[in-house]
Amino acid sequence: MPKLTRFFIRAALIYLLLGFTTGALLLANEGIPFAPQLWALLPNHIEFLFIGWLTQLALGVAFWILPRFGSLTPRGDERWSWAAFVLVNLGMIVSIVSAYVGFPWLGIGASLIQFGGFLLFLIGNWQRIYPPKWLKAAK
Amino acid sequence: MPTINRWFVKASLICLVLGLLTGIWQQIPSLVIPALFPVFLHLLTIGWLTQLIFGIALWMFPVYSKAEPRGPEWLGWGIFLTLNAGLFLRVIFEPLQAISPSILGGWMLVTSAILQGLAGVGFVFSVWTRVRGR
Ligand code: HEM
Repeated sequence: MPKLTRFFIRAALIYLLLGFTTGALLLANEGIPFAPQLWALLPNHIEFLFIGWLTQLALGVAFWILPRFGSLTPRGDERWSWAAFVLVNLGMIVSIVSAYVGFPWLGIGASLIQFGGFLLFLIGNWQRIYPPKWLKAAK
Repeated sequence: MPTINRWFVKASLICLVLGLLTGIWQQIPSLVIPALFPVFLHLLTIGWLTQLIFGIALWMFPVYSKAEPRGPEWLGWGIFLTLNAGLFLRVIFEPLQAISPSILGGWMLVTSAILQGLAGVGFVFSVWTRVRGR
C-alpha cells in the first residue's frame, strides 16, 4: 500500500468510528430519548459516513490499485492526490465547525474546499484510467 | 475466498436486495408504513456498502501475521454477528416504534445501536495495523 493510501484509509477508519458513534447515539436516543439535542448531530453523521468513510476509502483504494505507469513515477505526479487528501479533510473539519457556529457561509466554504479536493484527485489520476496494452495492440 | 468473507459478501448482497425492495415498498402509497426511509437508506449504506467493504478489506488487506493472515477469526465473526444482528433489530424495530412505541421496542433500538457501534469498533481495531506497506 502506498503511503497516501494509508493516510486515506486510516482517515476513513477514523470517520467510520465517528460516524458509527454519532449514528449509535442518534439511534439509541430515538429508542429511549435521553438527550433531544443529539439530533443536531445528524448532519455530522451524514458527512462523516458519506464523505469521511465511504468516499475517502474509495479514493485511497483507487490511488492504490488503478493501473500504474511503468516509470519512475508509477502513480503519476502524486502531489495532486496529496493535495486532494489535505483539502478533503480540511473541508471535513471546516464542515464540523460550521455545524456549531452560526455562520452559513462556512458550510458552503467547506463544500467548496472538498469539491476542490475531489477535482484535484480526478486531475491527478485521470490518465491512469487506460486500457491494458494487449487491448491497445489488438485494435 | 475464506468462509467468513463469503458470509460478509453474501449478507451484503441480501441487504442490497432487501434495500431495493424497501425502496419499491416505500413508493406504494397504499402499503407505506412510517420509518421506511431510514430502513431503506441504512440497508443500503451499512448492510450493503459498508458490509461489502468489511468483507473485502478483511480478505484483501496486507496480512495481519503469518500465523493469522486475516487476524483472529473470532474477531471477524464478532464483527459479522454484531453488524447483522444490530441492523436486523433496527430494520424490525424502527418502523414498529414509529407505529406503536413501547419500552421494549425502545430498548431494542438501544441494543441495535450498541451492536452496530461494536461492529464499527471491531472492524477498525482489526484492520488498523493491516493498513501498511507490504
Ligand atoms: C455508511 C454508513 C451510514 C450512512 C452512509 C448513513 C447515512 C445516513 C443518512 C443520509 C441519514 C439521514 C436520513 C434522513 O434524513 O432521514 C441517516 C440518519 C440516521 N442514521 Fe445513519 N448512516 C450510516 C450508518 C449508521 C449507523 C451505523 C447507525 C446506527 C448505529 C445510523 C443511525 C442513524 C440514525 C438513528 C439516523 C436518524 C434518522 C432516522 O432514523 O430517522 N446510521 N444516516
